[in-house]
Amino acid sequence: MLVWPQLGSRSLATGLALVSLVISSFIAFQGNPEAVQLTWLADLQISFHLAWDGISLVMVLLTNFLVPVIAWAAGGWSYPNRERMLGLILLTQAALNGVFLAQDAFVFYFFFEAALVPVYFIAAFWGGENASRITFKMFVYTIFGSLFMLVALVYLYVGAGSADLQLLKVYAQGLGQAEQDLIFLAFFLAFAIKMPLFPFHTWQPDTYTESPTPATMLLSGLLSKMGVYGLMRIAVPFAPLAVQQLGMTAMILALIGLLYGSIIAIQQSSIKRLVAYSSFAHMGLMAAGVLTGTQEGYQGALFQMVAHGVNAVGLFYVVKTIGDRTGSYELDQLGGLTSYAPKLSILFMIILLGSVALPLTNGFVGEFLLLKSVFDYHAVLGAVAGLTIIFGAVYMLRLMQRSMFGPDHAKSIQDLTGADLGALVPLAAVVLITGFVPNLILALTESSVFQIVGGLIK
Amino acid sequence: MYPIVALSLSGLVTLFLGFNRSRQGLLPATIFFLLLAAGLNFLDWNAPGTYFSNMLEISNQSIIFSTIVVVAATLVVAITGDFASDSTAQPAEYYALMQFALVGAVMMITYNNLIMLFLGIEILSISVYVLTGSDKQNIRGNEAALKYFLMGAFATGILLFGMAMYYGGVGTFHVTNAAVALQGVNGDLSVYLSVGIVFMLMGLFFKVSAAPFHFWTPDVYEGAPTVFTAFMSTVVKTAGFAAIFKIVYVAFLGAYSFWIVMVVSMTILTLLLGNIIAVYQASFKRMLAYSSISHAGYLMLALVGLREASGESILFYSATYCLATITAFTVLFTVSRQKLVNGRPDEQISVLNGLHRRNPFLAFTLAIAMLSLAGIPLTGGFWGKFLVFSDAASRGYWWLLVVAIVMSAVGMYYYFKPIRAAFLKPAEDNAPLEIRPVVRWVLVITTAGTLILGLFPDVLRQLF
Repeated sequence: MLVWPQLGSRSLATGLALVSLVISSFIAFQGNPEAVQLTWLADLQISFHLAWDGISLVMVLLTNFLVPVIAWAAGGWSYPNRERMLGLILLTQAALNGVFLAQDAFVFYFFFEAALVPVYFIAAFWGGENASRITFKMFVYTIFGSLFMLVALVYLYVGAGSADLQLLKVYAQGLGQAEQDLIFLAFFLAFAIKMPLFPFHTWQPDTYTESPTPATMLLSGLLSKMGVYGLMRIAVPFAPLAVQQLGMTAMILALIGLLYGSIIAIQQSSIKRLVAYSSFAHMGLMAAGVLTGTQEGYQGALFQMVAHGVNAVGLFYVVKTIGDRTGSYELDQLGGLTSYAPKLSILFMIILLGSVALPLTNGFVGEFLLLKSVFDYHAVLGAVAGLTIIFGAVYMLRLMQRSMFGPDHAKSIQDLTGADLGALVPLAAVVLITGFVPNLILALTESSVFQIVGGLIK
Repeated sequence: MYPIVALSLSGLVTLFLGFNRSRQGLLPATIFFLLLAAGLNFLDWNAPGTYFSNMLEISNQSIIFSTIVVVAATLVVAITGDFASDSTAQPAEYYALMQFALVGAVMMITYNNLIMLFLGIEILSISVYVLTGSDKQNIRGNEAALKYFLMGAFATGILLFGMAMYYGGVGTFHVTNAAVALQGVNGDLSVYLSVGIVFMLMGLFFKVSAAPFHFWTPDVYEGAPTVFTAFMSTVVKTAGFAAIFKIVYVAFLGAYSFWIVMVVSMTILTLLLGNIIAVYQASFKRMLAYSSISHAGYLMLALVGLREASGESILFYSATYCLATITAFTVLFTVSRQKLVNGRPDEQISVLNGLHRRNPFLAFTLAIAMLSLAGIPLTGGFWGKFLVFSDAASRGYWWLLVVAIVMSAVGMYYYFKPIRAAFLKPAEDNAPLEIRPVVRWVLVITTAGTLILGLFPDVLRQLF
């Protein structure tokens, strides 16, 4: 679709993206771990090895669920050269699948970097005037961090003589404290920039705000999860000694981000920027959970990754809809929309409550598990993290109230069309269904998480 | 060995073909000769051996190096287009000189005796000096040729002096025999050997633009006609690094701990200077010159690592580097000729503005080339960098690697300038840009090569 735009269309793109979803769901219910292993660089023992376990499966399902929604959404908005954007979105989907399925260190690195390239082009090409400069800053910053990860991977690879992630994990766990510290720092830097975590987050608010919404959805819904996944799969299991030593500091950074992001979100008047900061805040809690190295922490982070992915995409969709229809992203120019767009209001409320972590929504399950793990790790940190639930409620409900209810500043807007519903209803459905029956996800990941966490030194 | 003979003969034939008034047949004839030479190369495949009483040594790796160099030259010749638009050009002489230069390059790749190395360097260099100054009307070209010639002659003199000293130390010009003499000498070198090794390295590193012997590169690359710059930055650099690797790995290995300090410092300096100064360039041609200096730095990482796999890393890196550089110079050549400033083609990065509207194919190939030079995954350049990083890592030079990756990130900045100009900046005039079919074919080959090597690096690596 990138090269021959005449062939593309919104339904084709969504259809292609859905094919992946069908395949991955089929695999999920089959339950047989399949693997693809092809030799890639034969004499260097680097193979193109993709396989899934519970954790990867959930991430792949999330990717293949969100990308059709994003493609459907992008196709519906009026972007010039829409087909090329859809082509880039599908390329991103491929790279994301690769990251989550990778079993070889350099396959992981390859797709980790490769996922960013199409998103950069989407953001640069279809963004606002500042978008090209800002997304370039994101690109350079992220790649700079990943290069440190490359050094760490090469270090382990040269020492272990193989690039297989399982073998590297065994090798890394056998290293001494100092070496593990350095490796952990390298990985942490790469993933902290990606998620982002405080203080490596400076690229995020501008990028999310200036980028076109499909790019922002890809970034906040999926690419940020690559960082948490990396932390979960690689950084923590590879360097348990370092986590013992440095984990507290890292967790404090994550929680500072959580607090800081929430406080700034409360003060935002631009709805897009508000959601961007809320996204940043949520990543902090996920990282903190992973850093505890416990079953609850991992399960909570995984669940929250799915929950936040769905919520973020939904919120950004709503933000774009409001922005397009009223012509403004500023809270003081909005208000009273619910009388004109009740369907929008309802779906917005559902997704928003998911973000606020109301019980019976997806956000609640994730946050509960994460807070429990952090609290078990250190009571004070847990209490501080818990505070942020309140902040989350403040800015989210403020967003809802000022845009949807209250005095009427906007002229009447059109309510959701069938196409809009096609995007938002699945998202809202997932918010509620996974909120009611969280085991749908938790059961899938439980045994693989136990395999990783069980091997960690407590 | 066969390419040396074939190219010498075909070069002479090309000169005679120049007597013909019309230039029609020159380009196809030259391409035919070059492809013939590349093909003849493979007569020695899987039949390693020596020629001319052990002065030349052929192995599968040297055959691939020679092929890379000849193919790069073929692609460059293809885009020259007979110099049809330039009435003062002497295409027969230029093509002949390029073939003679290739003779020198192949000698530099397959030598087994220092005299042969010197011959190869001289044949290559003198041909390239003439090519640099070939556009006599251009004062920058004259300056470039003079600078290159003077500094090059000086560097070759130092090289020769080093060879003489080295002979004094080991008693032979023969590379493999000399290696035996140096085994286990580490640190206890005679004066002849120390001076010899250092001076030889200086002379050789001049040729590949390693800092602090790189000062000639920006002016020479900028002053030479763009097609010859493409020739220089691919053929000369590849042949140079093949030569350096051979001598360092075979002859100097015994004295590793002596010369490694010098090479590591040069590597750091090259990486720093090449990348940082490139950031400030507004001229695309000059930026590519500094970029080639920085790539010399990355290739030197393989020399620092110095293990058997280093030869393969250098080979792979050279292949991806040649493909990407030829693409970049081709796009520059095509686009800059459309816009003349003071009678000369405009070679600033701004000439690329809005290229994706004028000719999306050119913009796309340029983007792939820049991504490859920057080392982004999906392109061959990523695996090239990965291989040389692994080499340096194998000897434990971790802090050197950190410098290299930080400089890679810096590189990201200036490699994206042309991409952003082509895709995101508005053009001054949106006149569609036509390119000749042969240029299109060259770009298809280089871009496909870059992407194939990025996705399936084993295609090249499993050849030997």
